[in-house]
Parts: sequence; C-alpha cells; structure tokens
Amino acid sequence: MSTTTTEAVRVERPTSRVETFLGRHAAMIPTFAAVIILIVLLAGAEAFLRGDFITARNLSALLLDNAYLLILAVGMTFVILTAGIDLSVGSVMAFTGILGAQLLVSGQPVWVAVPAMLAGGAAIGLLIGVLVQYFNVQPFIASLAGLFLARGLAFVVSLSSIRVEEPAVLWLQQTRFRLGDWYLTPTGIIALLTVAVAAFVLHLTRFGRTVYAIGGNEQSARLMGLDVARTKVAAYVISGFCGGLAGLALTAYSGAGYPRNGIGTELDAIAAVVIGGTLLTGGRGYVLGSLIGVLVFGTIKTIISFMGAEQSWMQIIVGALLLLFIVVQRVIVSRSERRR
Amino acid sequence: MTADTEVPPIVDVVPPIVEMRGITIRFPGVLALDHVDLVLRPGEVHSLMGENGAGKSTLIKALTGVYSVDSGTITVGGAPRTFASTADAQEAGISTVYQEVNLCANLTVGENVMLGHELRRGRAIDWRATHAEAARHLQGLRLSIDPRSLLSTHSIAVQQLVAISRAMVTDAKVLILDEPTSSLDRDEVDQLFAVIRELRAAGVAILFVSHFLDQVYEISDRITVLRNGALVGEHLAADLPRDVLVTEMIGRALDDLDALSRTAHRPVDRSGEPLLRAEGLGKRGVLEPADLEIYPGEVVGLAGLLGSGRTELVRLLCGADRSDSGQVAVHGTTIKMTSPRHAMDHRIAFSSEDRRGEGIVADLTVAENIVLGIQARRGWARKIRKSEQDAVVAEYIEALGVRPANPDALVGNLSGGNQQKVLLARWLATAPELIVLDEPTRGIDVGAKADIQRKVSELSAQGLAVIFISAELEEVLRLAQRIAVLRDRKKIGEVDSSEIDLDGLIDYLANEGKGSAA
Repeated sequence: MSTTTTEAVRVERPTSRVETFLGRHAAMIPTFAAVIILIVLLAGAEAFLRGDFITARNLSALLLDNAYLLILAVGMTFVILTAGIDLSVGSVMAFTGILGAQLLVSGQPVWVAVPAMLAGGAAIGLLIGVLVQYFNVQPFIASLAGLFLARGLAFVVSLSSIRVEEPAVLWLQQTRFRLGDWYLTPTGIIALLTVAVAAFVLHLTRFGRTVYAIGGNEQSARLMGLDVARTKVAAYVISGFCGGLAGLALTAYSGAGYPRNGIGTELDAIAAVVIGGTLLTGGRGYVLGSLIGVLVFGTIKTIISFMGAEQSWMQIIVGALLLLFIVVQRVIVSRSERRR
Repeated sequence: MTADTEVPPIVDVVPPIVEMRGITIRFPGVLALDHVDLVLRPGEVHSLMGENGAGKSTLIKALTGVYSVDSGTITVGGAPRTFASTADAQEAGISTVYQEVNLCANLTVGENVMLGHELRRGRAIDWRATHAEAARHLQGLRLSIDPRSLLSTHSIAVQQLVAISRAMVTDAKVLILDEPTSSLDRDEVDQLFAVIRELRAAGVAILFVSHFLDQVYEISDRITVLRNGALVGEHLAADLPRDVLVTEMIGRALDDLDALSRTAHRPVDRSGEPLLRAEGLGKRGVLEPADLEIYPGEVVGLAGLLGSGRTELVRLLCGADRSDSGQVAVHGTTIKMTSPRHAMDHRIAFSSEDRRGEGIVADLTVAENIVLGIQARRGWARKIRKSEQDAVVAEYIEALGVRPANPDALVGNLSGGNQQKVLLARWLATAPELIVLDEPTRGIDVGAKADIQRKVSELSAQGLAVIFISAELEEVLRLAQRIAVLRDRKKIGEVDSSEIDLDGLIDYLANEGKGSAA
C-alpha cells in the first residue's frame, strides 16, 4: 500500500543565535543574574574599601568559611529540583557534628566516627524521603519533623559543646594547600568535590535527569515509566548525607561539636540555592548556581563584617536579594509559559 | 488456503498482539468495567468509542498498568501479563500518548524523547549521541525541530508528536493515542494521521480514542464500542454505519435531538422590556463595543470562531472582566457589573468555559457542589436545612440525568459530561433569570450533550433567558432563536435562526461585512 506522505514537514523558523541560545537555556538566566550580582558585590566592595577587599586571602577565606554551607546547599539543590524542600539540614548538621565529637571523645577511631556521621545524616534524610513519598506528607511538614528530631537527638548526645582533639579531623581545617597567597583547605576541597560530583550526577546520569523530570512534572515522569519513588527518596537521602558531611566540615572548622549549631542554617542554604537560580517550584536550576549563591551569601557576610556594620544588615540584604530573585524567576517562568 | 470449515467473518491473518479478556475493575461504589474484551492486532488502527464515563479511560489505564484489574486476563504477544506500573507496560512494548501531553516542559525536546533511554558512554550520558538519536526519531515522524530546544517553546501539536516519538524510542508494538487530536487544527491532524498510517504500515497496533466521528472513520480499521463500563460490540469500521455507531454509543436513537430543533423555533415575545440590554459594551484590545439584548424565555446564541470575542463578550456582561466602555441594564436599570458575584445578585449566572478551573469543585461531592449554588444566593451564614438540600439535589440529579446518580460521589471522579451537568445544576440552583453558558458541551459525549441541550430548551420555554456559546454551530442553530455573530473581536451582526441554515451561518460568519460576500 502506498502511504500518503504529506509534505507537511515542520521546519523551525530561522532564528538568531541569541534566540536559539535563549530558547535552549532560558533556565540559566537567573544563574547568570547571580554571577553578575556576585561580580557587582565584589567590585563594589573593592571600590568602597579602596582595594583591600579582593585579596587572595579574603577570597580563599570565603570558601573556607562557607564550606559547610556549600555542602548543605548542594544537597538542598537536589531536593528543591524535585520541587521539595528540606528544613532539617541545619539540625542534621548539628546532630551529626555532636555525634561525631562524642564518638571521638569516647575513644572511637575516625574511621568509625566519620561514617557514623554520614550514615546518621543519610538515615534522617531517608526517613523524610519515605514520609514524603510513601506517606504523602508534604515535604515542608516531613522535613520539619526531621528538624525537630535531629535537634532533639543532638541534645540527647550532649547538652554542651564537646571539643575535638582528633588530629585527622583538625587536619581537614588546619591544612593549607598554598599557591602564593591563595590557599585551599581539605574542607574546601570536600565542598568543591561535592559540587563537582553533584553536577556530574545531575547532568550526566539518568538519575539526575529523573530528578529534573520529577520537578518538571511528577505525573508525567511517572507515566514516562521513570522510577519516581526511588529518585525522590534518594534526593532526601542525598540531602541528609550532605547534612552529615557539613556536620564534619563544621566540626573541623570550629574544632568542636555543639548541639546549638546551625539553627536557621537550613534557611541560609535555601536562600543560597534560590539566589543561585534554582526555582522553588522544581525542575529548573543548577548546582553550580548554588555555588554562586553561597559565594554571594558569603561575600555579603564578609562585606558587612569589614564595614563593621550591624549583622542585621546581612539579613536585610539577603532578604532583599531573595525578593528580587523570586520576582526575576517568576517573570522568566511566566514568559516561558506564554511562549508556547 | 483450505477452507474446510466455515470462514469466520473476520479473518485474523496475524495473531493479536494484545488480548484483554473479561476485564473487570471496581471503584468504590462504581463498577467501572464489567467483563470487557479488547483485542488489538498488529498493523491495525483500532478505535475505542464510547460516551464519557463509558470506561474508555479506565480500560486504557488497565492496559498501561496505571490501574490493576480485579478480574480478567491481559495477554501480550501470547503471554499472560500483569502490569504493576507504566514502566512494566512500556517494557512489554505498550506506550501511551495522553490527551494532556505528559512530558516535562522544563526539559529539552530531545531529552523528553529519550528520558530513561539516554545513550551512555561509560557511566555518563552522551548528550551528543542522545540528541542525535532523538533527532533521528523526530525525523521519523517528519518533525525537524531542534532537539536541544526547550519543549515549552513548542506548540501543543508538536508536543503531541514529540510524545509519539518518545513512544517509538521504546520500540512500542502497541501505541495508545488517547484523544490526541482534541487540541490540534486540521493540518496538524493530517500530519498526525500520516504518522499513524506509517506506523500502521510498520506493523504497530494502534489504539485510537477520539470524540470526533469523522476522524475515527478516517483512520480506523476496527471499532470497539463501550457503554456504561460494558462492551457493546467490536466492528470493522467499513461495516459500521455512523447511525449504528452513535446508537450503540448512547444507547438511544438520535431523534431526541431532532425534536429539540422544533422547540428552538418557538417564537419569543420581544415587545416588553428586555431582561438585559448591553450598549456599546467593550474593552480596549479585547472587544470592540457591542450591543446585545436578551428577553425572558429567549435563547441567544453567540457564534464565532475561537478568539472571535464570544467568550470575552459574556465575561464583560457578567463582570468576570471589567469593561472600559458601554453599560449594562437589567430590567431597564443601568448597573455597573463588577464581578460574577454582583451579576448573581441580579440573578445572572455565568458558567465559565473552563470547567475544571472556574467551575466545579472536584474535591467536593455532587451534592455539595449543587448546594454551593443555593448557598451562594442565600449568603454563606444562612444555614440550609439538610432535608431541603437533599430534596434540591435529588431533583437536579434526576432532572439532568447525572450519572452515577449518587449525591455522595466526588465530582472529580465523574466524567466530563456529568461534571458539566453538576455545574449546570449548581447554577440553576441559584434560580437565575439569565444563565450564560460558555461552551457547556465541549469535550463531552453525545448523550450528555443531548441531555444538556434538552434541559436548556426546556428551561427557556419556562421563561429562563439563556446565552449559549458553542464552537459547534449546529448546536447553536438548534437551540437559539437569535444568533449574534462575532468575528475578530467584533460583533458583526445578528441573525434569526429560523431564517438561516448551517451553510448560511458559516457564510455569514466568514464574509458578512467584508464587502466580498461570495
């Protein structure tokens, strides 16, 4: 039989290079905006402080001081990309930090204490993920339960700060790999490695693409035959695991575990992710954006302390930036919805 | 071939790829499917026909692993199968393209095609190869779009074809197309059909679901008809006259609708004060100033293409949108219509075209939805006695033929046609003098359509004024005494429906006022 072949071939209309790029990468615009803000912040501070700000020492310290936040933000990016939220990470960081310190003080070797911290974080993430996926609890509520649980467990381990003398843990913080005035600590390397691994997983594995698909349209992802349940739970496990890793970084950074650490840090992590251009509605964003977001966050903090201004200004500026970014994202989303 | 026994009426040259036998599915309180059979053969387009609520979607979901069956067997390629998920069904070679495109708008076209089947080099996805592979599958459907462009930048029609490309990646032996043409224009339908014919020639078994009879006859080899969850029959399309098909689908003769046309031409008394008079009503960029009058007991149809301003006109009339010119008078008194709530105070009910978004409350029961209407009229603080509620609800369920006739069923679980009936009941419960129905019959089946048309006709005979919008001009002609015609955001005139037929109306709609009447 001769099939009637219609000539109706759909040819896309010729578009300019810029249009093609925007058509493909509209989701990157908020992240570009974050990069611009970071540059403006650095240049502004440099001008204001007459060349005393952009120094190798300051920029190296930026990564060192915010390594734990960066690790949390990476985990948070996974969860937010699935259109979820994880409020537990600050508490998980405190819990795993004090747990690790306690284990070390009671004579456990590092190779027991550190895996225990990571596993503890991942376990709380698993709990939240299971609640969200199998019990249909909203991520906000499920992770709020995780927040209280982890904070409570932290106080169960110890009510007061525990100093860490373990050389292997302190090494993470005190070692400086130097290149001129620049330096990098092992905690900084861990944080950057976390970003690199996360970027690989999100962009070059089927698991990562499923994360994006779920954030785009969970129902569709399910009907496409993707493993939605396992992927969603895994996102929370990753976030919890990053909480444990951040607990290790913070313990090394402060030389102690403390059950009151990281109160409100989950909100800093969310802010950094959002400033970095990841949409809270899921499906759009980049883990490299979260890195930028953390750097913006850290830069603002450094500027405020350089200027000797009240710390409250920090929160006002971050708040204003968040508002700005949410509006920018809203505009982008509604524009891309209108274009069809 | 030896024909030692009687030759069966349908010769199966190739064995069926899918055999569903005695499929039964129960939902709480409803027998959704009752011992239904469906047989799909390679290289055949098989249409599944039935009214809304007949069980088409349920049957498809049973085949694709969304629902599990209570009893019955599904055989794929000769082996009995049970599907626990859509992934299972896909593995068995059964792919589905749903009415509302189920893809991820945030991802690229190529990714949507390949998601879950990306080509990898080592552990990492090889994006270059993946996109090339996606482009190859898209080309297979003669779709030459950039696989790296975002899905959301393409039209629904293209997205529909992308969804089919995706089905091809999984090497589907069975392709289910659930209402694929509902949002496509004629050219796009032709393109889709060309693709379907090619797939059929390649030996794919295709299950096609559509409300458009023309399209069903154009593309189908075989037709299975369902009604109320039961199998009515399986036929070769060529041997099934249309009136037989329609009768099988709705289970009653079409004469009902013809009877309606007589009542539509009932004369209307236009001597007194109009119930509603709009003068110069318009809004910049939305609708040029238009006049409209409507008298008690009259049905006024608005005819026009999509985007002609028909919906915009009624939205301005009812205060759903604010006008910036003109005025509206009810019973001769000029009022400023600021909201549908305000319109309701003047006993004007507005039923939006967006049934799910602006109409029913899917999470409430049939009874609760209907009672909402009464409650809105009385004010929310005034309690309505339970017995009174039950009486009103029962009356409307009966009068409109809502199925299932269960006041406690969740409206979200009803079919589109029955949701529309509940919506109509809710507005009627507000005891309006004028009811505005924007596309009340869109996307619903013939039977429900007839029920709704009959009810409108009946109510207008009792003195209710109705403004009726429909994309189907026959329907407007059948119901309305007077038709206001709109084109390009402008009212171009009014015609008396007794003085014009369908061709005349189409001609008027296309040519009137252009000075180039054929």
